[in-house]
Amino acid sequence: MASTTDTMSLNLKIWRQKDPTVEGKLVDYKVDNVSPDQSFLEMIDVLNDQLVRKGEDPIAFDHDCREGICGMCSMTIDGKAHGGFKNTTTCQVHMRLYKSGDTIVIEPFRAQAFPVIKDLTVDRSAIDKVMAAGGYVTANTGNAPDGNAIPIPKPVADAAMDAAACIGCGACVASCPNGSGMLFMSAKVSQLALLPQGKPEAPRRALNMVYTHDSLGFGNCSVHAECEATCPKGISIEHIARANREYMKAAFSYHEKTHSEGGA
Amino acid sequence: MMTSAVNHYFRSSIGRKHLVGITGLLLCGFLVSHLLGNLLLLVGPDAFNLYAHKLVSLGGLLYVLEAGLALVFLVHMYLAVRLNLENLRSRGKYAVKKRTGRGTTLMSATMPYTGMILLVFLVLHLMNLKFGSVYTTVVDGTEMRDIYKTTMEYFASPVSVGWYVFAMFCAAFHTAHGFSSAFQSLGWNHPKYYGKVKIIGYLYAILVGGGFAFVSVWAYLKGV
Repeated sequence: MASTTDTMSLNLKIWRQKDPTVEGKLVDYKVDNVSPDQSFLEMIDVLNDQLVRKGEDPIAFDHDCREGICGMCSMTIDGKAHGGFKNTTTCQVHMRLYKSGDTIVIEPFRAQAFPVIKDLTVDRSAIDKVMAAGGYVTANTGNAPDGNAIPIPKPVADAAMDAAACIGCGACVASCPNGSGMLFMSAKVSQLALLPQGKPEAPRRALNMVYTHDSLGFGNCSVHAECEATCPKGISIEHIARANREYMKAAFSYHEKTHSEGGA
Repeated sequence: MMTSAVNHYFRSSIGRKHLVGITGLLLCGFLVSHLLGNLLLLVGPDAFNLYAHKLVSLGGLLYVLEAGLALVFLVHMYLAVRLNLENLRSRGKYAVKKRTGRGTTLMSATMPYTGMILLVFLVLHLMNLKFGSVYTTVVDGTEMRDIYKTTMEYFASPVSVGWYVFAMFCAAFHTAHGFSSAFQSLGWNHPKYYGKVKIIGYLYAILVGGGFAFVSVWAYLKGV
């Protein structure tokens, strides 16, 4: 194992933007004494510590769990969301992946649907709005049901679980050449359409989530599959295909009864 | 919104992608029939002229088919342009942007450009051949247009052949991404079959693009 006492010096070009109303720009920073064992976010912590000591404004960035499961960290590193490493969130990128003397460009996750708030933080509430449009099951849950009460075939459970792995980080949107949120949206449509608990509301969910997705400034899918390649949870565009099927079925066959027709 | 779900379908991202996919696959089918017709050039002037004459003899039916084909082209182009303009607005404006290398391909990234080149090609192609110089010939006692002569004359020019081969290269590039993507957009992505669909798409691109290019080069080498 490489000695942990070797430290690195890095040249950083970081996007600084005071607030959403002003133009931002890339600013050069040099950070020394970076340990190869540090995570990318810890490296930014070190830089921020230096900035604060100098009385400068620290770099604003999103982070929370720092163990790759919360979906909060973002950052486009050297032009790739989460750094472009396979199945890796920014917090799980370690500095040993870089060499001393490297120049690293750090920008926020960019898309029309993700306006910059400050520096590297962006407003990702658009994906919450897509979720609120139908990414749930309406049921009086009561106590936890027996795990075996609703039998679900293993392959179906596996496929649903693959989709459920989405942490809603928005890397799919940031990496998509079209700024589309299709992978995120489809993961939830697909996951719930596969499961018996989600099936009753599947058509309404597909219609509402697609409608909301389209109205928030996300682009359209061109099947580049850049999202699939970038997704830290390795979610496949198969789920986009399933959501497309669900949406088509719903658009042509689903009818919600109005009050006069005896509906709620 | 619920009551107008079908209405929304034709304005939604997915609904419009479905239409681009369906029209794209129809155009793929058209290209195959067009190529089969072109291969009659290799058989001889009479075979090619008779085939063209049979098509023209369809009369009213041909106009209906041509109108249908034109509609398919227009829907495909109109929606593709609209969707691409929306995508340009939606994309993130990065100072530095790189691909992962595991997603976007040169084929997928150049779809709007190859599409625009093919549109220019289509207009010139109709002008030069269908609405090009008119000669007449007699086959089996029937007077008909000598479209064979028009075609061979056109391909006698190295500039025409060069442009044609370039356009067919673009067509191959366009369909190499478009063919399998249409399946994905229409929801036909199954882990067992999608790999094969992609391979069929590449084979289609090579065979059809290469087929057209081959016929044009053959015509050039054969001379008028």
